[in-house]
Amino acid sequence: MTRSRSGTPVESLTLDALRRGELGADDVRIHPETLEHQAQVAEAHANPQLAANLRRAAELTGLADDEVLSIYDALRPRRSSYDELMALALSLESRGLALNAALIREAAEVYARRGMLR
Amino acid sequence: MTIGRFRFMDAQRVNLDGFAVEDAELGLIAFDSPHDPAPSLVVHDGRVVEMDGKPERDFDVLDEFIARHGLDLAVAEEAMALDDTEYARLVVDPGVPRSEVVRLAAGMTPAKLARALGVLRPAELVIAMTKARARRTPSNQAHVTNRSDDPLLLAADAATAAAFGFREVETTVPVLGDAPSNAIAVSIGAAVGSPGVLVQCSVEEAMELEMGMRGLVSYAETVSLYGTEQIFVDGDDTPWSKAFLTSAYASRGIKMRVTSGGGAEALMGGAEGCSMFYLEARCVALARAIGSQGVQNGGIDSASVAGSVPRGVRSLMAENLMVMLRNLESCTGNDALMSESEVRRTSRTHPIFIGGSDFICSGFGSIQRYDNMFGPSQWNAEDIDDFLAMQRDWGVDGGLRTAAEPEVARLRRRAAEAVRDVYAHLGLGDLDDVWLEQAVDAAGSKDVPAADLMTPLSASRIIRDSGITMLDVVSALDELGYAVEAERLLAMLRARVEGDYLQTSAIFTEDMRVLSLVTDPNDYAGPGTGYSPTPERQHEIDAIRQQRSVGDLRSEQAGARDDSLRSTGPAGAGHDPREVVIGVSAAAGRALWTSLSGLAVTEILEELLAGLEEEGAVGRVVRVNDTVDLGWIGLTAARLSGSGIAIGLQAKGTALITRRDLPPLANLELYSVAPTVTRELYRQLGVNAARHAKGSTPEPTRNPYSDEAIEARYHTKVVSLVAIERSCVDSTLAPEDLELVSRS
Repeated sequence: MTRSRSGTPVESLTLDALRRGELGADDVRIHPETLEHQAQVAEAHANPQLAANLRRAAELTGLADDEVLSIYDALRPRRSSYDELMALALSLESRGLALNAALIREAAEVYARRGMLR
Repeated sequence: MTIGRFRFMDAQRVNLDGFAVEDAELGLIAFDSPHDPAPSLVVHDGRVVEMDGKPERDFDVLDEFIARHGLDLAVAEEAMALDDTEYARLVVDPGVPRSEVVRLAAGMTPAKLARALGVLRPAELVIAMTKARARRTPSNQAHVTNRSDDPLLLAADAATAAAFGFREVETTVPVLGDAPSNAIAVSIGAAVGSPGVLVQCSVEEAMELEMGMRGLVSYAETVSLYGTEQIFVDGDDTPWSKAFLTSAYASRGIKMRVTSGGGAEALMGGAEGCSMFYLEARCVALARAIGSQGVQNGGIDSASVAGSVPRGVRSLMAENLMVMLRNLESCTGNDALMSESEVRRTSRTHPIFIGGSDFICSGFGSIQRYDNMFGPSQWNAEDIDDFLAMQRDWGVDGGLRTAAEPEVARLRRRAAEAVRDVYAHLGLGDLDDVWLEQAVDAAGSKDVPAADLMTPLSASRIIRDSGITMLDVVSALDELGYAVEAERLLAMLRARVEGDYLQTSAIFTEDMRVLSLVTDPNDYAGPGTGYSPTPERQHEIDAIRQQRSVGDLRSEQAGARDDSLRSTGPAGAGHDPREVVIGVSAAAGRALWTSLSGLAVTEILEELLAGLEEEGAVGRVVRVNDTVDLGWIGLTAARLSGSGIAIGLQAKGTALITRRDLPPLANLELYSVAPTVTRELYRQLGVNAARHAKGSTPEPTRNPYSDEAIEARYHTKVVSLVAIERSCVDSTLAPEDLELVSRS
C-alpha cells in the first residue's frame, strides 16, 4: 500500500478527509520508499539513469523546499567556491543524502577544471 | 526588371521565409559538419577515457556528465562497432524489437547515434518513429495563454483544450509576476474540462520549481539543455545543476521533461562549427544521463533556423527519433511556427503526425495566434478543425477529438465561474459579471475588453505571500460547490504520492489510469500490430461535427418543404411550336425543395419561365419520373415539347438546354456547377431556350468561374441529393404535367 510522506495511506487522501481538516502539505508529498520502488521499475525498464535520478530524489524528500531551491542555486555556474560545494556535500552526507553529496563533489571537481567556480 | 512570372512567385507567402546557404562555420548545417567529431569510445577499467575523438582531460561539462553517467558500458563495445547503416536498418526493421534498438543506443556516444540516424530517409523515419516511441497511445499538448493573463479566459480556454482532447496543457506569462495566478486558473479550467489533464506553467527554472512544490502545476518542461558548454553556461546552468533540478522535481512527485532542439546553438552564435543534429545528439545523451524521463525537442524556438537549411526539417524529426531510441518520452516539437507557408508547416508536421509520438505537438496553440505568449505555434486555434479533419482523413490518432458547441459553451461557463468564485473565496480578487460573460463567449482576449490587467498580478502576489497551495484551491472548490472539480484536482495531488506518472511517457486517461512506457508499452512490430484506436476512439476521430448523412440532408430539405409544385396528370406531346418544356427530376418538389445554390426549385422554375416568356415562348413544366440522368430528363422533355427544345433541371440545380434530335449525352447549353448559378443566369437560360425554339442561335451562357474548391464543398451533398433522387425514380411512371402554384 502506498503512503504519503506523512504516512497517510493514499486511499485516505479524500475530500472528506480534507473537509475534516486532516490533510496538510506533507500528506500530498511522495514517500522516499515510493521513489525507491519507482527506481526499481525504471531499472526494470532499461533506464538506470532515471532510476538514479529517482534515488537522488528519494533523499531530497526530507529537505524543506527552501533548502532544495538553495542547493539548486549553489550548483549554478559561478555561484559557489570549491570549498563551499565540498562543505555542502559534507552537510548533506552527514544527513544521509549520500547520492546527492556525491553529485555535488563531482560537480566541484569538474567546475574547478572548467572554470565554473565562484 | 524581373519578369511577371517571377514577380508573381516572389509574392507567395513561402518567400517570406528565410533560406540560408549551408555554412558549417556558423553551425548552419543540419547533418554532418566537417567539424563534427568521428565517433569513438575508449574505456579503461570501466572508465571512459576518450569519447568522440576527445581525451578525458579535454572533456567539457557535457562530455564529462555523459561519459560518467550516460552510457551503458556493458553494450558500448558491441554498439560502437556496429556499422551505421546496419544500426539504421535495425531501427527500421519491424522484425527487430524496440527493446533491442534501445539496448544498443544506450551504448552509443552522441556522435555515433547522430551518424547512424543520419542514414535514415524520411519514409524510414516514419516507420522508425511508429516503432520507437515509448508509449503505445499517442497524445498531444496544448498551449493555453493570453495577452492579458486573464484568469477567466485562461480557465475557459483550458477547459476548451481539455474538451478537444489535449492531455497536457502548458501556460506561460507575458508578465512573470502573473505566473501563480495563471497556474491556478489553468489548473481549474483544465479540471473542469476533463479529469487527468497535466498542467504546467513555463517560467524561469527556480520559479517553476517553486510553483511545482506548491502543487500549483502538475508537471514541468522548461528545463533547457544546450549542446555546447558555452551556451549551456550562458543559460545559467550546468549538467549538475540540471541533474539536481530533475531530482528536485521527482522528490515532490512531479513529472518533468527537459527541452532542447537543433539550431538553438547556431541561433545564439555558439555552434562551434558543429551540425545541428550532432549538437542535439549531445543534448539528448545528456537528458538521458541526468535521469530526465523525457525530452521536448525538434527545434522548438529554433525550428525556423533548422528549417532554413537543406534537410533541416528532416533533422528535426530525426531528433525526436533519437529521444525515443534513448528510451525517453518524446514531445515532438511542432511548437513554434517555422514557416509563413501553410504548405511548409503542414509538410513539417505531417510525417510525425502519421508516425505518431508521445505528444505530436509540444505546444499546439489551442488559443488564437495573437494570444499565444510563446509566439504563434505551428498549429493554432485557427487550425483545430483542420487537424481534426487530417486525423479523420488518415484514420490517425493525433490526440484530438471533436467537441460539440453546447458542451464547450457549458464547460467554458463553468470554468470561468469556478475561477471567479475561487478568486473571491481566497481573497484574490473580485471579477465582475461583464468580464465573465465576455470570457465565456470570447474567441480570444481581444473579445474581453472588461478584463482587469492588474488582477492577475495582485492575485499572484497574494498567492505567494500567503503561501496558497493546491490543497487550498481544492478546499475552496469543494466549499463553493465544485465537488467534481475539487476531486479531480485532488486526484492529481494523489497521483504525486503514488509516483507512477514519474515513469517515462506518462499521461492520465480520463479515469485516471497512467499510460506510460511501463503500463502501455509500444509493441509495434509491423502491420497488424501496435497502437490502433479502440472502436470508441475511432468514432471520436471519425465523427467530426461537420459530417452530414443523407438523413441530415433529408431533414434539412424537409425544412424547406412546400407543395406549390403539383401534378395535374399524365403529360402528352405538345404541338405549339412556341412551346418549351421544362423537365424536372423525380424528387423536385417532392423530396427536394432547395438546390445547391440555396435557391428554391420553385424560384429556379419562376426564373426559367420568366425568361421563356420574355422571348415569347410558352413554358410547360413536366416531371420525368423514370431517370436520374439529366441528359435523359432533358431529352424526354424535348420529345414532349412542341418546339422540340427543352430545359432539363435536377432538383440540385444542374440545368441544360437540349433538342429532341440530339443524342442523350449531348446538349446545347449546360450549367454543370449548380452551386454557383444565380437567379439571373437561370433567367438567361430561359431566354436562350426560347431563342433556340425560335430558330435563332443565342450566345451560350457560361458557368461562372471560381478557383475555390467547389467540389470539396458540395460533392458530399451531391451524393446524398442523387441518392434521394434515385429513391424517387419509378421506371413504370410516365412523365406528368406540373402546375406551379403561386406562393404569394
